[in-house]
Amino acid sequence: MELYKKSAHDLHDLLEKKEVTAVELADAFLERIDSIDSKLHAYITKTADTAMEAAKKADKKIAAEGKIPFLTGIPGAVKDNICTLGIRTTCASKMLDNFVPPYNAAVMDKIQKENAVILGKTNMDEFAMGGSTENSAFFPTHNPHNAEYVPGGSSGGSAAAVAGGLAAWALGSDTGGSIRQPASFCGIVGLKPTYGRVSRYGLVAYASSLDQIGPLTKDVTDCANILNVITGYDEKDSTSVKASSPDYTKSLIQDVKGLRIGIPAEYFVDGMDKEVAESIHMAINDFKAMGAEIIDISLPHTKYAVAAYYLLAPAEATTNLSRYDGVSYGERVNGDDIVSMMTNTRTEKFGSEVKRRIMMGNYALSAGYYDAYYLKALKIRTLVKEDYDRAFEKVDVILTPTAPTTAFKIGSMINDPLQMYLQDACTVPLNLAGLPGISLPCGVSSSGLPIGMQIIGKPLDEEGIIKAAYTYEQSKGFYKNIAEVTE
Amino acid sequence: MKVSGKDVENVAGLSRLRITEDKMDKYLIEFNDFLEYVDMLQKVDTENVEPTAHVLPLQNVFREDEIKPSLDRDMALSNAPEKENGYFKVPRIIE
Repeated sequence: MELYKKSAHDLHDLLEKKEVTAVELADAFLERIDSIDSKLHAYITKTADTAMEAAKKADKKIAAEGKIPFLTGIPGAVKDNICTLGIRTTCASKMLDNFVPPYNAAVMDKIQKENAVILGKTNMDEFAMGGSTENSAFFPTHNPHNAEYVPGGSSGGSAAAVAGGLAAWALGSDTGGSIRQPASFCGIVGLKPTYGRVSRYGLVAYASSLDQIGPLTKDVTDCANILNVITGYDEKDSTSVKASSPDYTKSLIQDVKGLRIGIPAEYFVDGMDKEVAESIHMAINDFKAMGAEIIDISLPHTKYAVAAYYLLAPAEATTNLSRYDGVSYGERVNGDDIVSMMTNTRTEKFGSEVKRRIMMGNYALSAGYYDAYYLKALKIRTLVKEDYDRAFEKVDVILTPTAPTTAFKIGSMINDPLQMYLQDACTVPLNLAGLPGISLPCGVSSSGLPIGMQIIGKPLDEEGIIKAAYTYEQSKGFYKNIAEVTE
Repeated sequence: MKVSGKDVENVAGLSRLRITEDKMDKYLIEFNDFLEYVDMLQKVDTENVEPTAHVLPLQNVFREDEIKPSLDRDMALSNAPEKENGYFKVPRIIE
């Protein structure tokens, strides 16, 4: 089997057994990127030189120490909204075309401490606003399973890189589904941790009360291992949770006997693909056969979550993105006075979806509409959260589809933003409630596109969802599929 | 129609954005579609519901006022579109 097809934990074992060197691994992935990325466009910036340096350093460490941390020498990719010291970080926006962060995000410090090899920065919807990676100001990313289809978004570059063998693992961010939905579309594993579990320090802010960083990986074992690396309290993030981080690899056990799995009828929305619904129902039966208890539950405010999210996230975004004023960093377009300079800069350098959300957010926050829109949405958020609180009195985890459909064709929804927003129906409620969720493959459609299921956990119970996901994965083996992309 | 072209222009101004005439129709339709969609929230009774701005029971985070390393001036200015003598430079504000 080619090296680029292997999971990160398999590569880690090969490195420790000295059957391969980190330099050989880096070479294999860089070669794969050279031959395939012109077709997939997963990367905005490739960092071959620094990757090679890191690989050489990792090899020295392996020679000296024998036993190595999980990510030592393992090639991975990072979404381009996570600040990387000295490496251009664009958020897929013309606004940050030439932005080189003078500091590292907290997660980057943790990853580099392990001597991981970073291959580059991945494509995304501009400022993480979108669900298809078509809103990138540079180019769309293509789904490795079929290049005519989107990889999902906003972490579409990270998902395509892992699914296409252009990285062994990747980091993404999830504000309304941006890790889970692309993982689902690309047939890989993606986890959004509990809000506050992973430091947001150095993650370019979109909607601060919803954003979380998380891993995109080939399987659940890699997911648990990378979560171990990136979690933990950080005093530089004031919303960081002061909870101890368990060893998530201890949850990699096959056991769902007596696990109470809730199935909310409200997540099987109108317009859901028949094949997606069938796949989820089959997975439910599989869990039942493995000894889990299946319990019907109701989350009655689910249908209001998308509307609440698309008021709250833009409201937070409009505040966060006011920093792009052409003064301290980012691009500037000159004008006669300071207001025209700012207006010219923002008008020319933001893409249309970003402008739309900034304006929607300002509208929802503006005098006369604040109570009707913003405050109302905050109250709906409470109701969505209370639905989950009640459900988790009766169940341990909740199982749903990750997205109502499989990947859609590039260009098919880009002119209908509202239709695009409805794609987020199954993922945004978790962000509103701050809950952890994992997406993992549970089938393939008749047209060969992956189907994903989502397992939702109680706050800070990443262990519960990892255990359930691992049990399913090991029994079904969907994770063994990797996209065959040929030139 | 919930909002007019004038409303959109107004909110664009608040956002320091300019909408060109050829794009106005598109924004107007999208804006109205969106507001019509979120109108469903008005049907929900939230009379006795507290708003949730944040899911965590957050409190002020205090720490000792100790000096720690921070970015030096050159690094902080390294991405500035325009700078002079160690400052960010902007178009004249005060006449």
